[in-house]
Amino acid sequence: MEKIILKDSAYGIKKGTILGIQEMTENEKLFEIALEGGQKLDHEPGQFVMVSVFGAGEIPISVSSSPTNNGSFEICVRAAGKVTNALHKLEIGDMIGIRGPYGKGFPIRILERNDLLIIACGLGIAPLRSLIRYVFDNRKDFGNVHILYGCRSPDNMLFLDEIKEWKKQKDVYFECIVDQATPDWTGKVGIITTLIPGVRIDPERTFTALVGPPAMYKPAIQELLSMNVPESQILISLERHMKCGVGMCGHCQIQNLYCCQDGPVFNYEAIKHLKEAF
Amino acid sequence: MEDNQYAILRKEDFNSFISALSKLHKLAAPVFKGYNNYAFEEIRSGEEIELKYIPTILPPKKFFMPVRETLLEYDISKGLNVEAVTEYEEMLLFGVHTCDIAGIQCLNMVFSQHPQDHNYLIHKQNIKIIGLECNEYCDEYANCHLMNTHLPDGGYDLFFTDLGAYFIVHINTPAGEELIESAGFFKSAQSSQLNELASFREKKKALFKNELPIELDLIPDLFDRSFESKVWDDLDERCLACGNCTNVCPTCYCFDIKDVINLRLIAGKRYRVWDSCQLGTFAKVAGGKNFRKTRKERQRHRYYRKFRYSIDRFSRFFCTGCGRCSRTCMAGIRLKETLKSLIGTKEDAKA
Repeated sequence: MEKIILKDSAYGIKKGTILGIQEMTENEKLFEIALEGGQKLDHEPGQFVMVSVFGAGEIPISVSSSPTNNGSFEICVRAAGKVTNALHKLEIGDMIGIRGPYGKGFPIRILERNDLLIIACGLGIAPLRSLIRYVFDNRKDFGNVHILYGCRSPDNMLFLDEIKEWKKQKDVYFECIVDQATPDWTGKVGIITTLIPGVRIDPERTFTALVGPPAMYKPAIQELLSMNVPESQILISLERHMKCGVGMCGHCQIQNLYCCQDGPVFNYEAIKHLKEAF
Repeated sequence: MEDNQYAILRKEDFNSFISALSKLHKLAAPVFKGYNNYAFEEIRSGEEIELKYIPTILPPKKFFMPVRETLLEYDISKGLNVEAVTEYEEMLLFGVHTCDIAGIQCLNMVFSQHPQDHNYLIHKQNIKIIGLECNEYCDEYANCHLMNTHLPDGGYDLFFTDLGAYFIVHINTPAGEELIESAGFFKSAQSSQLNELASFREKKKALFKNELPIELDLIPDLFDRSFESKVWDDLDERCLACGNCTNVCPTCYCFDIKDVINLRLIAGKRYRVWDSCQLGTFAKVAGGKNFRKTRKERQRHRYYRKFRYSIDRFSRFFCTGCGRCSRTCMAGIRLKETLKSLIGTKEDAKA
């Protein structure tokens, strides 16, 4: 057997250095990463990267920062499995591997000039925060912006500092809700779908971006449809465990689609007939 | 009249030809493994080859996409040193049936999509294929006539047809031509020999008949209407979720990617290993949700990947009719029976 080095392998990685780590909750950390030699990640909001922790493995993680950030990008990671737990043990200055970005993100060019209703539930805020930051960095290109954010309890709330800002900002309608309140919580309690009917939108010119756990999609989409938001304007990001990221390994396949390449962001009209999508 | 595209190898020269080939490169061919089992293995002489064989336990995909294959090597002893790699060797495959050549053609399409899989493509570049025609129908499990893979249709360098006293060999590529020239032993085919090939193919029509009461063109439509069929419930009860059917399938290519690190924890490898959509956790995500939780959903997925989804993606069926999935299934799930039930269910619905 002859061994050769592949310069253009689909599985080759770029080296990334951890520049910053922010503990967001008990289980979630935000990592700031710079690619070797100042390379730009060059992603779209909603795309994901394959993150390698050497010795532990490789996993798909969506990018949380806006492409308008130069020099570094961010990923928000919940310690859930072998690789994410290993990632949580790393320190500033440690090296990880990055492949990507992969997949289809939110169609920014189509979203421009329209109103946005962004609905994030739990860790769904991670990919949506990339879109939110992009929109704020290019605010005049978009119409009205609504953000709804739901999570299990106030202790699970991510991006707290930014949320405080969003609440104050005049150019965004922001509301959040928790499933279970803590004694000091003064906000709303309940599931996120209950916030949807209260949002005042013009459905014809509103695109909704919806990301959350699988169980949230059906009821949330029902609410949006009953408000007459067109199916093609409901954008959702589907979670699958991509192993390769390049449309080969089969793990992320949703019937005839590969979530890693055809998604992870889909419009509802295109996938509503797929029984395995939700 | 001679035909440059066809050459003749006399039977008495076969063993010398194989010996000559085995001196050129590593050479693998079907060998008998006992109990009606055959396998592609490295051989050195013609006597080791079983010319009359039913599909081998594993298809030749194992040479193109090894069961386990290193993708990346890393070393963290002096900073992070990481390189994408592949290992390959030049080799020849002799005796590949048309169903398995079709399987390789399917995999070629998959791994040539962008971004290309260079690990696979380098193996492909270094493997020459010598096909061998089936003179007889192999057994009750095959459906090669339905899939139209029982006759040669490209995808090989040379293709052998056994016509009794001699082999007539189709030369399909310059690499194939080179093999024939370097080995010697071959003569150009005469028109009488080409006529003999034509009459052999004509006789073959009587031996190979459509296995199911459906035309191939109508299968995608059948599957479009069968997603909620009760046939899948029946498979749910029988399937053991062992993954044998996908391992032996010539067009199944799903894989997992894993890391292994040395005991000093300074160097490691990332490798891919065959995986199976039939295994319980294949479509499970971090939050615990499993998108194909039941064996019914997983079996249905396998059938749709062979008969429906690949039409959208590659305009081609990914079943080659080799019959391996049915031959290997411990629970007696038979592809032809499944298709027959789907066809029957459709007719019931009409009535």
